[in-house]
Amino acid sequence: MSKALTLALSLLSTPALADWQVNMNKGVTALSREIFDLHMLIFWICVVIGVAVFGVMFYSIFKHRKSKGAVAEHWHENTTVEVVWTVIPSIILIAMAVPATATLMDMYDTSEADVDIQITGYQWKWRYQYLDEDIDFFSNLSTPREEIVNESAKNPNYLLEVDNALVIPANKKVRFLITANDVIHSWWVPHFAVKKDAIPGFINEAWVKVEEPGVYRGQCTELCGKDHGFMPVVVEVKSEADYAQWVADQKAMKLAMAGEASKEFSMDELIAKGEGVYQAACAGCHQPNGQGIPGAFPAITGSAIATGAIDAHIDIIVNGKTGTAMQAFKEQLSAVDIAAVVTYQRNALGNTVGDMVQPSAIQK
Amino acid sequence: MATVDVDLPHVKDEDPHHHGPAKGLGRWLYTTNHKDIGSMYLIFSLTMFMIGGIMALIIRAELFQPGLQLVEPNFFNQMTTMHGLIMVFGAVMPAFVGLANWMIPMQIGAPDMALPRMNNWSFWILPFAFLILLSSLFMPGGAPNFGWTFYAPLSTTYAPESVTFFIFGVHIMGASSIMGAINIIATILNMRAPGMTLMKMPLFVWTWLITAFLLIAVMPVLAGVVTMMLMDIHFGTSFFNAAGGGDPVLFQHVFWFFGHPEVYIMILPAFGIISEIIPTFARKRLFGYSSMVYAVASIALLSFVVWAHHMFTVGMPLVGEVFFMFATMLIAVPTGVKVFNWTATMFRGSMTFETPMLFAIAFVVLFTIGGFSGLMLAIAPADFQYHDTYFVVAHFHYVLVPGAIFSIMAATYYWLPKWTGHQLNETMGKLHFWLSFVGVNVTFFPMHFVGLAGMPRRIPDYALQFADFNSMASVGAFIFGFSQLVFIYNVIQNVRAGEKATAQVWEGAQGLEWTVPSPAPYHTFSTPPKVD
Repeated sequence: MSKALTLALSLLSTPALADWQVNMNKGVTALSREIFDLHMLIFWICVVIGVAVFGVMFYSIFKHRKSKGAVAEHWHENTTVEVVWTVIPSIILIAMAVPATATLMDMYDTSEADVDIQITGYQWKWRYQYLDEDIDFFSNLSTPREEIVNESAKNPNYLLEVDNALVIPANKKVRFLITANDVIHSWWVPHFAVKKDAIPGFINEAWVKVEEPGVYRGQCTELCGKDHGFMPVVVEVKSEADYAQWVADQKAMKLAMAGEASKEFSMDELIAKGEGVYQAACAGCHQPNGQGIPGAFPAITGSAIATGAIDAHIDIIVNGKTGTAMQAFKEQLSAVDIAAVVTYQRNALGNTVGDMVQPSAIQK
Repeated sequence: MATVDVDLPHVKDEDPHHHGPAKGLGRWLYTTNHKDIGSMYLIFSLTMFMIGGIMALIIRAELFQPGLQLVEPNFFNQMTTMHGLIMVFGAVMPAFVGLANWMIPMQIGAPDMALPRMNNWSFWILPFAFLILLSSLFMPGGAPNFGWTFYAPLSTTYAPESVTFFIFGVHIMGASSIMGAINIIATILNMRAPGMTLMKMPLFVWTWLITAFLLIAVMPVLAGVVTMMLMDIHFGTSFFNAAGGGDPVLFQHVFWFFGHPEVYIMILPAFGIISEIIPTFARKRLFGYSSMVYAVASIALLSFVVWAHHMFTVGMPLVGEVFFMFATMLIAVPTGVKVFNWTATMFRGSMTFETPMLFAIAFVVLFTIGGFSGLMLAIAPADFQYHDTYFVVAHFHYVLVPGAIFSIMAATYYWLPKWTGHQLNETMGKLHFWLSFVGVNVTFFPMHFVGLAGMPRRIPDYALQFADFNSMASVGAFIFGFSQLVFIYNVIQNVRAGEKATAQVWEGAQGLEWTVPSPAPYHTFSTPPKVD
């Protein structure tokens, strides 16, 4: 039922799905509408100037042509005219800059937020940490590989869907603290008119207050490497009651996950689970078949790490390798996932080491 | 014309006994003749235009439909990066330098460039710079894949190994540009014919003089920023590495301090060309000559204080946003003056529409559309919605393709009869124009729409709602790309044969270059002409 409702809402809230869309989305916040109005204002100013200038030009092209017997006149300057067409555009621009500055001031007013969420860009996923709740998760593209490589039909939210959407309450001022872990990313939701670069070493601020619940979709907008085109942003805006319920659910889920980590798994269970983790977290660089990309991303098949000492193998996954694209996965993957993917890499993709590791042995 | 040796104190003929070009390959390797060097720059730039164009077509072919069809994302990123670098540094800039080499001495009545040997050197290092850059495509890890703006740390810590070759290539290109610029300034300031005061110079000369100062001011900044990258990559410094106390945003500030004037380096000479062509075919003097000069100078000055409008979303303080918004909007004023002046030049003229004029009019109209989207981008709050989307791609392609590139084509058609001695084949020229005009608009206009609808730039695959306009843009790109074969045919055909051109070539043409025979002799103005 709630799934159906979400789906219905998502259809309602994304008129952008209509093809041949030619203009900006008006958006769903007071600020996004203000920005849309500025956009339309400057657009119409350009149209009016364009019609006037091109009008004169095309009139001349039509009338003052040699084939119609036009004879060139000799004047080639006129101070009055030149002063007029310097001063008038200046006045228009100043008139334009005033409302633009007012809107900017609104955008920069991040004070008195009800909810604070830290957003961290990773190659190629987003991490959302709710600073007032103990909620922390990653959001990955969930479009199946088969759709991307044209082996199956593309669903309507192709490339704009994730495994875990960011969830925020409606009618609350939500402040985003945006940063990055590796390279620069940029977090954009067109319907909120929020776009802010996620920069390592910096924390940028933005805010949003959405009136209507719904699902809003955007993308990373700063080139961040190979899968820049494959790190969407999905925000689910819930009514206050639904949001409170969601927060409670997240906490319950976290407790359940903690219990999982102390369980014993069989090798087959780990390999089966590890394959899913590998495809989601590793295959982007190391490739689905483990062959890597020569010169850019090393192969897993036959690699010294994946076939060497298991502790070193776990360490590079947990802590990453500084100065390379290999990130630390300790925050992103649970102990169960890490144990599974280590076991998978050592016993699949052409490797046959034969050993395994239990989640309880993963030191994060 | 003047083929007699005259002893002039300020004109030094490098070989008084030898007036024709040397024979064979040596002519091109050792030449110090501005016309030979100009031709080499132009041929080089056309070659690069074709290579960069093939890359653009690979990009557009991949984007024809949603899904990954032809190339992997990593190779797609290499294509966008190399396409940008090659078009900016390999096609547009050398084309303008080539035109400057050919035309500036002839327009100011000088026998050659002021520093002919340096001229040879500044050309001949260019092919090597681009061989180095292009060879990175075949290196392990592939070519640079971090965008032509090469933002750190994607271009440092996370870059493919070929980045070092990219840095080396950029250094060589920079050295070439600086030498070219010094040469142009030295030529214009010292070698004008008697009587040609600064305010009598043709506008192409004026715009190039200002452009050359921009080049000298900002190419060292580019060299600085790539050297800082080199240090970060190989010598353990942390200019741009946050983990070492560095600042990734500093990279962007330094890059755009170079990058914004660079944008004007690619458009000011175009303004000059258009200001030559429109009066010729309107048979009426350029309206507001001095305001044109002042407008170009103010655009050049303003270009140093607007760089951060490329960075509205990096989290600058509010005052920074407001300052860069105001400064950027100011640029619209002198730019508007130029467009109004061109329109006033046409008004009550006696116009004909030969190929150069068609390109020039298309330039004015389409460049103005690019200017309008630029004005929209200047509105900082709205820029948060436009930034890094296809709207930006549409904007800068409108100012660079039907802007800079159309002006180069207009200039080529305009001066080609002077270079080769053959009249243009107008039918073929017009065919090239109309194919290009349609192609360019079908390619780039829909990009405004997908950008506003929310499509980010530099992505190899996209959501379904962007599919229709993207396939349209791809069709346009192939029309535009293949119609350039007509351009190459036209140029080659004109070099080989054609109706004999007069010295005047175009009925309404004014200026010293039209007083020498067509084709222009190997040495012109060995005796300076007198300008009243």
